[in-house]
Amino acid sequence: MKIEAKNLGFRYDGYPWLFRNVDLTIQPGEIVGLKAPSGYGKTSLCKILAGYEKPVEGEVLLNGEPINSKGFHPVQLIFQHPEKAVNPRWKMDKVLNEGWRPDQSLLDLLGIEKEWMTRWPNELSGGELQRFCVARALGPDTKFLIADEMTTMLDAITQAQIWHAVLEIVRERNMGMIVVSHEEKLVQRLCHRVINLDEITSRM
Amino acid sequence: MRQAIQTDRLALNRRHWMIFFTIFAAVFLALVVIGGTFLNPERIATNFQEKNLAPSLHHLFGTDWLGRDMFSRTVMGLSLSIKVGLIGAIGSTFIAVSLGMIAATMGKAADRIVSWLIDLFLSVPHLVALILIAFTLGGGFKGVVFGLMLTHWPSLARVIRAEVMQVRSSEYVKISKRMGKSSVWIAAHHIFPHLLPQMIIGFLLLFPHVILHEAAVTFIGLGLSPHEPAIGVILSESMKYLSSGMWWLAFFPGLSLLLIVRIFDWVGENIRILADPTKAHE
Ligand SMILES: Nc1ncnc2c1ncn2[C@@H]1O[C@H](COP(=O)(O)OP(=O)(O)OP(=O)(O)O)[C@@H](O)[C@H]1O
Ligand SMILES: [Mg+2]
Repeated sequence: MKIEAKNLGFRYDGYPWLFRNVDLTIQPGEIVGLKAPSGYGKTSLCKILAGYEKPVEGEVLLNGEPINSKGFHPVQLIFQHPEKAVNPRWKMDKVLNEGWRPDQSLLDLLGIEKEWMTRWPNELSGGELQRFCVARALGPDTKFLIADEMTTMLDAITQAQIWHAVLEIVRERNMGMIVVSHEEKLVQRLCHRVINLDEITSRM
Repeated sequence: MRQAIQTDRLALNRRHWMIFFTIFAAVFLALVVIGGTFLNPERIATNFQEKNLAPSLHHLFGTDWLGRDMFSRTVMGLSLSIKVGLIGAIGSTFIAVSLGMIAATMGKAADRIVSWLIDLFLSVPHLVALILIAFTLGGGFKGVVFGLMLTHWPSLARVIRAEVMQVRSSEYVKISKRMGKSSVWIAAHHIFPHLLPQMIIGFLLLFPHVILHEAAVTFIGLGLSPHEPAIGVILSESMKYLSSGMWWLAFFPGLSLLLIVRIFDWVGENIRILADPTKAHE
């Protein structure tokens, strides 16, 4: 599905505008990098697209329609810190199955081992946790994926494994995706095109 | 490597010891309650043949000016104190959880009102508020119990409020919402499991306060009726006989009360450490 941001403007309550007049269209199957200096509002923009924050101005459309804020959100965001994204008092199988029941092939693809299911989050490494967060975000109703520094905290091998799995799913389902990363090389290799937040906004 | 394993085993042992002693202390407290409930009332009957006896093997805590066995009176008094404390602490915990949840989930106005109430109650010393409320309700059992419930909730309410707010603003709750989970589902599955240990520990730590404050208001004559076998009653009656050299009348009941309160405090503190989420799953 096509995702469109129209004339987005955003500021946190009591703070100056982060950005205004952001227009953005991403086609199904397109993988787009998002670039901007630190503190410029990349994460904030991702949160708006994924329904975590309401835009102060403008709107987000999926296939031309506003997104229903009830129910499973079709735009899923994967965060930088997996240990904050899982409930520390839940065992991993409950974490994994919160939104849907990922099948065995997806678990194999992401390298999630059966033995991890009965553990607590603090008994897994960051990379292992992030695999769960990725699986959890790839439900059947997910039409669009946003990876905000998804693998920044992880070592090279884990990074490669997770990206390999994510790309396979994204291609197979013809999903669109936004990649936020400070690693220039990674963005160049993964993305069809790169958007510079600097160039598509007016900051005030 | 070997050293790491060794300290690991030691830590495990310490945990086990702690669990063992906590259970031991809890059983002791239960025995006091059961003992006080089922003790034969004959044992505190007036018996002028045995009055004013100093502690002996036959009367461990001595006897009073009416010849009543002070050990039996003390156990009954402690048992009553623990029961009153139980009702008071349950009531306070209930109020604390309700107000804490309301403050954290029902918007800014509710939060402001609850915070104001918390500050108000915290700014008045417990005992003063307790005496006022107990007095207003006409004293006696009802007055004390309501007074205890209505005065001991604020600090726990503050903890619960902070906890709910923290969990509600966590990433995993926001993610849960984006996965289509309802507020009720999130409250039951995400928030409540975080509150449960706080509630239990808060309750246990309230207990010693409630018991001491009950004894204090009863001591000054605004609490339980003088006909009840309460520790506060025993202590205030005994005061009159202290100058005649009958030190055991106040000494043993007072010491027992302190001991019980300390044990409760210790059990609560131990359970808090044992339930620490950063250590719980190790
Ligand atoms: N909840 C908030 N309330 C107020 N200000 C915020 C909030 N969250 C973020 N900000 C501010 O908004 C600005 C943009 O933050 P954001 O996280 O979107 O930047 P970013 O581009 O993702 O940066 P980075 O590359 O370091 O991740 C920052 O200056 C940040 O301090
Ligand atoms: Mg960011």
